[in-house]
Amino acid sequence: MSQAVADKTALTAAPTTRGDLEVRLRRGAETVAVPLVALGAAAALFSLFLMLLGKSPVDFFALVAQGAFASWFSLQNTLQRAAPLLFTALCCAIPARLGLVVIGAEGALALGGLAAAAAGIATASAPSVAVQLVMATAGIVVGGSWIALVGALRHWRGINETISSLILNYIAIALMNHFVEGPLKDPASLNKPSTQAIPEGAMIGAIPGTDVHWGLVIGIVLCVVLWVLMSRTTFGFATRIVGGNLRAAQLQGLAVGPLILIACAIAGAAAGLAGMIEVAAVNGRANASLVVGYGYTGVLVAFLARHNPLAVVPIAILFGGIVASGGLIQRRMGLPDATILVLQGIVFVAILASDTLYGRWRIFQPRSAP
Amino acid sequence: MTQDWTAGRRTVIKGLGATALAAGTGVLGGPARAADLVVGFIYVGPKDDYGYNQAHAEGAAACKSIPGVKIIEEENVAETIDVQKTMESMINLDGATLLFPTSFGYFDPHMLKMAEKYPKVQFRHAGGMWNESKHPKNAGSYFAYIGMGQYLNGIVAGHMTKSKKLGFVAAKPIPQVLLNINSFTLGARAVDPSITTQVIFTGEWSLPVKEAEATNTLADQGMDVITCHVDGPKVVVETAERRGLFTCGYHANQSKLAPKGYLTGAEWNWANMYKMFIDLDKAGKPLPNFARGGMVEGYVKMSPYGPAVSDAAKKHADAVKADILKGGYAVIKGPLKDNKGKEVVPAGTAYVETAIELESMNYLVEGVNGSI
Repeated sequence: MSQAVADKTALTAAPTTRGDLEVRLRRGAETVAVPLVALGAAAALFSLFLMLLGKSPVDFFALVAQGAFASWFSLQNTLQRAAPLLFTALCCAIPARLGLVVIGAEGALALGGLAAAAAGIATASAPSVAVQLVMATAGIVVGGSWIALVGALRHWRGINETISSLILNYIAIALMNHFVEGPLKDPASLNKPSTQAIPEGAMIGAIPGTDVHWGLVIGIVLCVVLWVLMSRTTFGFATRIVGGNLRAAQLQGLAVGPLILIACAIAGAAAGLAGMIEVAAVNGRANASLVVGYGYTGVLVAFLARHNPLAVVPIAILFGGIVASGGLIQRRMGLPDATILVLQGIVFVAILASDTLYGRWRIFQPRSAP
Repeated sequence: MTQDWTAGRRTVIKGLGATALAAGTGVLGGPARAADLVVGFIYVGPKDDYGYNQAHAEGAAACKSIPGVKIIEEENVAETIDVQKTMESMINLDGATLLFPTSFGYFDPHMLKMAEKYPKVQFRHAGGMWNESKHPKNAGSYFAYIGMGQYLNGIVAGHMTKSKKLGFVAAKPIPQVLLNINSFTLGARAVDPSITTQVIFTGEWSLPVKEAEATNTLADQGMDVITCHVDGPKVVVETAERRGLFTCGYHANQSKLAPKGYLTGAEWNWANMYKMFIDLDKAGKPLPNFARGGMVEGYVKMSPYGPAVSDAAKKHADAVKADILKGGYAVIKGPLKDNKGKEVVPAGTAYVETAIELESMNYLVEGVNGSI
C-alpha cells in the first residue's frame, strides 16, 4: 500500500524543477531510515521483555554481535544461514509486487529439492557439471510450476492465493514424504528415509577461502537480477500496475493472467532452486531435512524487505545472524530457543507498523514547487 | 526506551571490541578453558518435551554435578547445515571437545563432516550408524535398546485393558518404531492372546495436532490403553488422560501429565551412558566408538507404576523384568506371523535385543491392526 503511495509521490514529484536526484535521495534515505527506526524500536521492546525475564539486554546484544558478526567464523555462520532465506524470500517478494501474498515457498522448496535429487540420481553417470545443471533445471521447473499453479488458481478460479499456497505446502510435503518413503527411498536409509545420494562429484562446494557454499552467491545474484527485472523493465512495470490497480491494468490491455503466471513461476523457481541447493550443497539427498521452515522464515524476510528483491539481501543476512547467534544465547544465557522467535516476531511487527511512517516525516518529502 | 537501546548499542560495540581482542590474542577456546572439559549436547526439539529430547537433556543434567565438567546445550536445532554450525560454534566459541548430537538425522552428512574437520574433538551420536571401515575414528555411536521396555509396557497394558483393544500412536513406519509396536503387542498378547493393538501413523516425528486427533480416534474406537512412539508423547498422554484412558509412557516419565491413568513407561536412562563417556574422557582414556546396551546395562528403565496398576499386573511385569535382567531375553521369537498371516520368524529362531535382524524390521506382528 505504501509502495503505491510512494509511487504516486514519485509521479507527482517527477516534473518538479528540483529534478530527479533530490527526490530519489530523499526517498532512498526514507526507505533506509524507517526500517532502522523500526529495528531500534524492536530492540527496545525486546530489551523490556528480557528485563521482565530478569536477563540483561546488554549481555543479549553483545552475544548477538559475538555469535553473528564479530569473528570470521561467526560471519560465515551468519552468511551460511542466510543463503536459503534469500531464495525463499524472493518466492514471497516477487508475487507481492502484483499484490499477491504467496506463502508457498516451503512446499516449492521441498518439491524442488526432491525433483533435483531425483534428477541427480537419474543422471549420475553424466559429468558433474551436467548433473548439476539437470538438477537445477529440475528444481526450477518443479518449483516454478508449483507456485504457477497458485497463480493460475488465483486468476482463473478466483481462489485466494494465500490460502491455496498454504494448503499446497501441506500437499507438497506429503508428496515429498511419499516419494522419499516409497518409490525413491534408498533401502539403506532405514531410520531416516531418504532418497539415494547424488554423486559425490556433483556436490556444490564452498566458496574458496570460506565454509560458505556457492548458494549464497547464487542467491545474491538472483536478488540483483530480479531487482533489475522488477524495477527496470517493462515487465516489472506491468506487474507493479497489476499490483497497484488490477482494474486499471485490465483497462490498459495488460495481459494480467500471463503476468501473474510468470511472476508466480519465477517465485516458485527461486524456491525450487533453494531446494536444489539444499540437496546439492548440504544434505546430498532429499529427505525431511528440506522441511525445516526456510519457506516460512522467507515470508518474514520478504515482508521486512518490503518486497524489494535488493533489500532481501541485508534482511536475510540480519535474520541469518539472529539465528546464528541463537545458539550462543541459549548456551550462555540459559534462555530457551523460543526467545529468538520472540525477537523475530517483535521485529516483524515493528517493521510492519513502521509502514505508517512513510510520508510522515517532512525531511524525506520532495520540496515541490508550491 | 531509547536509553536501553543506547546502552545496548554501546555494549555491542564494547562486545565487538572485546571479541576482536580475544580472537586476536587467541583466548577464545584456547588454554584459558583447558581446565574444564566442555561437553556439548544438541537436541532436535525442545528439551522439555516430555519425550525424546527431554530424556537426553535429563542425562545431560545428571552430568552437571561432575566436577571439572561444563555442560553446554542447544535445543531446536534442525537436521541441516544448522547442526553443523551449532557444532562448530560449540567448538570454536565455547571450547567444547566432546559433543553429543542426539538426533538420528544429525549423523550423515552433518556430524561426519564436522568429525573430519575437527579431528581433535570427540563426537558421539545417538544411533547405531558408526562403522569402523567408513567413518572417522573420533566419531562414534551410542545406542540403547528400548524394545524390552515396550514389551513390559505391553504386559501391564494387557492386564489393565477391559476392552482388549490397545492403541498405539506412531510417527513413521521405520524399523525402530515397528519393533516397539510389535514388542508392545507381544507383551499384551502374552497376557491374553485375544488382545489387539490398533496403530495409527502420523507421518512426522512431531505433529501435535495429528497426535491428538489420533488419540481421540483411538478413544472413540474403544481402545482403553494408549501408548506411542513420537518425539514428544505429551499431547498423546494428556489427551488420553482427558478421555479417561490408561497410558503407557515412552522416552521419559510422563506420569505428571496423567496422574490417574499413567500405568508405567519405557524410559531412556542416558545419564549412565553420558557419565561413562565423560568419566573416561576426564581420565584421559580412549572413548569407545560404539556403546550399546539395554535394560541390563542400565541404559533403559521403567517408570514407577502408577496408582491404577493392579497387583497381578505388577507381579507379572516384575517377574518378566527379573528374567530380562538376567540377560539374553528374546521378545521376537519364532514361530511368529505378521498381521497378514505370513511367517516372519520360523520356529526355533529367537532374536535377542542386539540382533542385527531387528534393525531392518519391516512387518507388524499378528494382533496389530494397521499397515505400514
